[in-house]
Amino acid sequence: MYEHRKTLEGVYQPHKVVEHRKVAAVLSVLLMGLGQLYNRQYGKGIMLLIFSSLGIYTAVTRLPHAVWGIVTLGEKERHLEKVGKIYKQVMGDHSIFLLVEGLITIFLLIVFAWIYFLNIKDAYRTGKIREEGGATSTFVQSLKYVAEYRFPQIAISIPMLGILFFTIMPIIFMILLAFTNYTINNQPPAHLIDWQGFKTFKDIFVIKSWSHTLYSVALWTFVWALLTTLTSFIGGFAVALVVQRKEVRLKSFWRTLFILPYAIPAFVSTLILKNIFNGQFGPINQYLKMLGLPVVPWLSDPTMAKITLVIVNFWLSFPVMMLMIIGILSTIPSDMYEAADIDGASGFQKLRLITYPAVMFSMAPLLVMQFVGNINNFNLIFLLTGGKPGSSDFRFAGHTDILITWIYKLTIDQGQYNFASVIGIFIFIILSFFAVWSIRNTKAFKEEEVK
Amino acid sequence: MDGVKPKKIVSITSVYTFLIIVGIISIYPAIWVILSSLRLGGSLFSETLVPRQVTFIHYKELFAKYDFGLWYLNSLKISVISTIFMTILILLTGYIFSTFRFGGRKTLMSTLLVLGLFPSFMSMIAVYILLNMMNLLDTHLAVIIVYVAGSPVFFLFAKSYFDTIPKGLVEAARIDGANHLGVFFRIVAPLSTPMVVYMALLSFTGTFTDFIFARLVLSSTETKTLAVGLYDMITTNFSNDFTVFAAGCVLIAIPITLLFIIMQRFLVDGLTAGGEKG
Repeated sequence: MYEHRKTLEGVYQPHKVVEHRKVAAVLSVLLMGLGQLYNRQYGKGIMLLIFSSLGIYTAVTRLPHAVWGIVTLGEKERHLEKVGKIYKQVMGDHSIFLLVEGLITIFLLIVFAWIYFLNIKDAYRTGKIREEGGATSTFVQSLKYVAEYRFPQIAISIPMLGILFFTIMPIIFMILLAFTNYTINNQPPAHLIDWQGFKTFKDIFVIKSWSHTLYSVALWTFVWALLTTLTSFIGGFAVALVVQRKEVRLKSFWRTLFILPYAIPAFVSTLILKNIFNGQFGPINQYLKMLGLPVVPWLSDPTMAKITLVIVNFWLSFPVMMLMIIGILSTIPSDMYEAADIDGASGFQKLRLITYPAVMFSMAPLLVMQFVGNINNFNLIFLLTGGKPGSSDFRFAGHTDILITWIYKLTIDQGQYNFASVIGIFIFIILSFFAVWSIRNTKAFKEEEVK
Repeated sequence: MDGVKPKKIVSITSVYTFLIIVGIISIYPAIWVILSSLRLGGSLFSETLVPRQVTFIHYKELFAKYDFGLWYLNSLKISVISTIFMTILILLTGYIFSTFRFGGRKTLMSTLLVLGLFPSFMSMIAVYILLNMMNLLDTHLAVIIVYVAGSPVFFLFAKSYFDTIPKGLVEAARIDGANHLGVFFRIVAPLSTPMVVYMALLSFTGTFTDFIFARLVLSSTETKTLAVGLYDMITTNFSNDFTVFAAGCVLIAIPITLLFIIMQRFLVDGLTAGGEKG
């Protein structure tokens, strides 16, 4: 890494070396920017001073309230108060707002603390340069230095701030909700919310109706993810093999034709398919009737609804698989097949020993991602069945609900926020497991060890 | 010879039969919805696939009875603005992770990947409260901010693609005095057209057709997007307006489908380039 250091070799230094780095660092700890001023970097120092006074002002004014808010979640309920002779309704504390505000304050302070830490490091380093007799950089030079050598950090911090505030913080908020008693019956501003520890976690396993629903829905979620991933992979593979056969003419025409399900916006085609599979008026049942066959309860029978979901998902997702596999097929060198032909290999042997391993080599991590994606395939289930048909022994879930659509119902429709959060945490743990696995097996990560 | 020929004919016929069947399955829903939109009446039920009488009245009704034109403009506005920023952000994130080595880089990448697997709406309530505090509810800006802020988690495809670009090119440009952003916008991005197009396409269709989040934030008719409008149309007036809904589907699907088919080359490149490196 580039270092701002100039050694003055052979230059005679008669003076006692002042320990600039320590003085600068200590000053910077005291107040951000002081160290820089001491190092005679006035532009940078003044900028940091202004920034730090803003930060400290915010911290002093907001932090106690934020901590109080998070710890107590509010102390005063909405209540009646005697003002003069009449009772008036007085707004109490809004637990949820307190929680979010507290989180924001803490996140801002973490960002601020990070900058503070960098400021101390910077003062220390500049001090060291001075001790060694090097020239410290001017404000303009510093700016140039940052643009040159700190570009990745600066540039990455912009997307990261967005992620921090609109992804990470909301997730933490959701996780925190799991430890509260926030439900539709206990909602601010009318009521205060309280921390209640692991009670919801316990309830979900102990209360029979909850645990029964959890196990059934989780089981179906896994079956669903497995079936959808396998069917779309096998289907896409088969179609790709046929399209890429030598004797097939107009390959690009067929490809374009088969991409159509992928090209139509998924939410539009799902709504269309919902109508196509409509039990009463849908065209498929009309055709069956015309042929004198019995109609099929595509979406109204629990088992049939699940099968229909898998079929529709297959229809939506085989084109992407096909495209990817065609891409991989085109990278397999043809002399491998020629050699196999000379050895007298059958078509099936070639498929098993050459094509399949080549495809799997590239596809395996993607299939895991696909599997994870299907665990969370909210749109399809929400739009096609909405979790229906309903079940009387499930808590707020239907037969086709997967965990993620169940969470949606629990939050948006039922207001069981704490239960939804607990299930969300379960999903998060499962997902992280797969994510770590796939990251370990992703070439994009592995390649770096080599470099 | 005699034994070979019939075998070959059988195999060719079976291959083409297979292709035709898959083709019919692929296009049937599209054909059905187009024909439905041209049918008289409003119900889902029809005795024939091809309508006896063709009418364009449902397309007119879309604009007369509903605010379809306005929804369309809203969706376009949100998607175009989001797409520009999302594409830049995703590509920039991918480029930085691909080109530079800095402390905490791997941790950041893993974190982003895990976050990318996390369904965004699970934290929607918090985002909703956040937007409420910022006084942004029921505005397009809110939707755009949330789309754009969440987009860097999709950096991996872009990164894998940039990994394949020779580093020498970047270094040469640096020696010639270009700064980092200059290298990115003038050298790397133009070289990565398939990736740029792929990312833009995904961002555009993603935002154009998202409805869960849009539905949560956009409540009034003036701010509604196409997806929200169409979804509400079919869930509230379903019984008598199916054909109008079908017409709406056609008007949404046509531009996006065309876009996909025209961009197919880039799509295959982007998918396989990212896929192989996956």
